[in-house]
Amino acid sequence: MLKRVHFGPSLLPFLLVAPQIAVTLIFFMWPAGQALYQSFLIEDAFGFSSEFVWFENFQVLFDDKYYLSAFKRTAIFSLSVAGMAMGIALLMAAMVDRIIKGVMAYQTMLIWPYAVAPVVAGALWVFMFDPTLGIFAYALNTVGYDWNHKLNGDEAMALVVFAATWKQIAYNFLFFVAAIQSIPKSLIEAAAIDGAGPLRRFWTIIFPLITPTTFFLLVVNIVYAFFDTFGIIHAITQGGPAKATEILVYKVYNDGFIGLDLGGSAAQSVILMGIVIVITVIQFRYIERKVEY
Amino acid sequence: MIENRPFVTVLAHLTLLLGVAIVAFPIWITFVASTHEAVRMTQIPLPLWPGDQFFSNLKTVLFEGVGGSNATPVWLMMMNSLIMAMMISVGKITISLLSAFAIVYFRFPFRMGFFWMIFITLMLPVEVRILPTFEVVANLSMLNSYWGMSVPLIASATATFMFRQVFLTIPDEMLEAARVDGAGPMRFFWDILIPLSRTNIAALFVILFIYGWNQYLWPLLITTDSGYFTVVMGIKQMLDSAEQAPDWHLIMMTALLAMLPPIIVVLSMQKMFVKGLTETEK
Repeated sequence: MLKRVHFGPSLLPFLLVAPQIAVTLIFFMWPAGQALYQSFLIEDAFGFSSEFVWFENFQVLFDDKYYLSAFKRTAIFSLSVAGMAMGIALLMAAMVDRIIKGVMAYQTMLIWPYAVAPVVAGALWVFMFDPTLGIFAYALNTVGYDWNHKLNGDEAMALVVFAATWKQIAYNFLFFVAAIQSIPKSLIEAAAIDGAGPLRRFWTIIFPLITPTTFFLLVVNIVYAFFDTFGIIHAITQGGPAKATEILVYKVYNDGFIGLDLGGSAAQSVILMGIVIVITVIQFRYIERKVEY
Repeated sequence: MIENRPFVTVLAHLTLLLGVAIVAFPIWITFVASTHEAVRMTQIPLPLWPGDQFFSNLKTVLFEGVGGSNATPVWLMMMNSLIMAMMISVGKITISLLSAFAIVYFRFPFRMGFFWMIFITLMLPVEVRILPTFEVVANLSMLNSYWGMSVPLIASATATFMFRQVFLTIPDEMLEAARVDGAGPMRFFWDILIPLSRTNIAALFVILFIYGWNQYLWPLLITTDSGYFTVVMGIKQMLDSAEQAPDWHLIMMTALLAMLPPIIVVLSMQKMFVKGLTETEK
């Protein structure tokens, strides 16, 4: 933690940490505390009076079938996004490992969606699937499928999953490439000499050896799908039709800013913070374990 | 290459080309849409090949904006995005360098307390505490200001954590030598620590610039004055107004402009970005 050789106590270190501590206190601790406090209050719609109600907000949430279905929806959404984005990325990374020429060109072509903002990604996909104009909606129509994500909840969910996956492939791809490249070539060569074909080598050597990366990416992808996809959903469906794409983070925004249910929204924030802390702890325990061997 | 299997190599190239096509197709469609005139964009099927209106659309979007006479011109929104992205990346790198320096190189009371206080913010995105943070910023009357748009997003420990790791790998002899030569703490920081962590700073800059440029919900909530709108939120407003009359050619031109700067940053610093991403976030 601390360097063996270090500077003694003085005022300087306090000055050095002061900006970060100030920002953390004002824009992190204060709001987080506020959220915690508010989650125990019920306020009337005009903000004139509020009443301390202990855990009633949480109780209401867990009795609310809309909240529980938002939980389920979030799980479906994030697992689909993580599964698809990681699957495609792993396939691409394994293929890049096979070739000699053009690795850099493929990499360049595959990584740019990382730089595209979620809302912009949403705009692109909503344009391509626009029920009246979109190019894919048109193509689907010519083969006899009537696409309308504005009316059909499952199609809306599929569309946000596509857009979110498209954006996340680049990130996963870079990590998988780095992981596959770090496997000693001698292992693969030994297996090849023993007569194992490319597919067999992938499943019995490469795939088991990149498990740490896969696990890390799973956590990152789930966090991504939980929180960073707000823009995609806001641009494409706004949680609709009939709440079919309203995931937890969208509900916090919707109940708080649109519905003005401050207590309920704060309680949801607290639950989300709890989820993030659990995910962080899991990830750190895993990193620690990896450091040990 | 371990063995010569032409068939597998061809298959690999084909799969990759297919992947590239899937990834690039939406961007191609965006580009194509931005090169046609309004009338063409209402006829089914939409074009797959570029037209000749690119520059006239570019001019309209940049200087007049989309959505009527009181629309914000896109050049102004891009300026705002740039200012916000720069403030977030420069601000976060600066305060993180300073606090990581203090935590690694100084013994002082509450050192671990400070470390944990920063550490706790590691993975909590602003979306989660959005409403209370909004109230805090409103109380400080920072709505509709560049400070309000950027400073709350700086409150996260990822960068501090990374610089701490970097500093821990710098040999102790560096400080001993600097001390023998009579350098004080700040001199050591400027002349030795900063130059030694230059690549990490650059990689982090790329990541933070993209993070800052792509911010959406936060600027959307705290700006009501159109002079502060960023281009990323501008697109959403254009989509909303498109319910009646979709100006897809102009919206897609704006989308193109909105993704251009981060893509340029990523591609021009690709090596450093890849290294920074895969090595720091683990």
